[in-house]
Amino acid sequence: MKRIYLPLTKDIRVKLSAGEELLLCGKLYTARDAAHKRLYEAVKSNRDLPIDLSDNVLYYCGPTPAKPGTVIGSCGPTTSSRMDKFTPVLLEKGLAATIGKGRRQKEVLQAIKKYKSVYLVAIGGAGAYLSGRIKRATVVAYKDLGPEAIYELWVEDFPVIVAVDSKGKNLFQGEI
Amino acid sequence: MRKIKDKKITELVKRLAIKANLNLRADVLDALKRALRNEESPSAKNIIKILIENSNVAKKEAIPICQDTGLAEVFCQIGQAVSIEGDITAAINEGIRLGYKDGYLRKSVVSDPLIRKNTNTNTPCVIHYDIAKGDKIKITVVPKGFGSENASSLKMLKPTDTEEEVVDFVLDTVKHAGCDACPPLVIGIGIGGTLDKAALLATQAIIQPLSRKNAKKHLALMENIILKRLNSTNIGPAGMGGKTTCLGVNILSFPTHIAGLPLCVKISCHATRSATGVI
Repeated sequence: MKRIYLPLTKDIRVKLSAGEELLLCGKLYTARDAAHKRLYEAVKSNRDLPIDLSDNVLYYCGPTPAKPGTVIGSCGPTTSSRMDKFTPVLLEKGLAATIGKGRRQKEVLQAIKKYKSVYLVAIGGAGAYLSGRIKRATVVAYKDLGPEAIYELWVEDFPVIVAVDSKGKNLFQGEI
Repeated sequence: MRKIKDKKITELVKRLAIKANLNLRADVLDALKRALRNEESPSAKNIIKILIENSNVAKKEAIPICQDTGLAEVFCQIGQAVSIEGDITAAINEGIRLGYKDGYLRKSVVSDPLIRKNTNTNTPCVIHYDIAKGDKIKITVVPKGFGSENASSLKMLKPTDTEEEVVDFVLDTVKHAGCDACPPLVIGIGIGGTLDKAALLATQAIIQPLSRKNAKKHLALMENIILKRLNSTNIGPAGMGGKTTCLGVNILSFPTHIAGLPLCVKISCHATRSATGVI
């Protein structure tokens, strides 16, 4: 397994190949449905975004609340395809990669290739296992969304698999 | 009449909500261990190992198996010799609210499907009441994650359609969205009744132990055929290929109309959760 230090700059991304197993170290931002809708609307109306997307990674995740004395609760990936309609616009804004589970639509696969991004998958339903890899968690935007707020996560050896690489090679059989 | 106080119901629902979310069902864990022995692909084996490890971590650290702690469905079977003191629907919802608060479970319910504001309590839950003989109340809490719920499907087949067409619809449903639903999957199938009855049966099928032998021979045969065909799709654990796409299939059926053949396929994930208690 290859250890990757974030941010995920273009020179690192283009060397990744579909099927490779990675351990991520550094900063991720969580964002799921409701946060995506807000980010998308902000881009469309030329408003500033609450987070810098450039060379950063979005993790499709809404964690369970942290028990007292812990960093975070269970925090596995949610279904990526629900974010598909918002993803090409965010990739255009410099987003380096997304982490989720399951397949992506054709428009997303094309955008990944165009902007030399990558799509990574974490193991769905392994939320308790993954929580140990999160060292810090802070809500940085859209606090009113509760579990759908944007968290800044600092991760150590967070395991993912490259599902779609910057050349468009796709580990899943076909698109949706 | 045996009197049961609403407080007792709240306490039980709270306990079951936490138990179901923190402890993987023994039959599901056994099925994962069996799959690990049968699986040949090293990457699929590795993913199943992580899923087993995940259930150990959840139990040890007392955190949820999965971050999607679900929309709670509650099955409540009330003995006809029971008299309830208080409001049972309010008592069940209070149990869910307390369980999700004190168990540090995620609040995933929005008050309106279109306006979409989080209620921050994970209530209301979906309650199915049933009346039975006796003087007890039996409650089952099913925290239903929506990655797999979204992959579920329902179709009104024609009465002249064959068993093969039933099997094909189940396979199409899984092939279409199975990758997103956290395979290896648990499949519940409801056949017959009305549209809503078929959906209810499919959910009840998910609660049945995976080791259950179907008493109806033709359905037992169909369960086997579906399981074998799903496990040869090469969707595999996490959708990354392998022999283990499905951990188990349960079918429940009900008489239906001469003009119809309702069929509901309820998809559940490798973190299929439910917990039952009796007062």
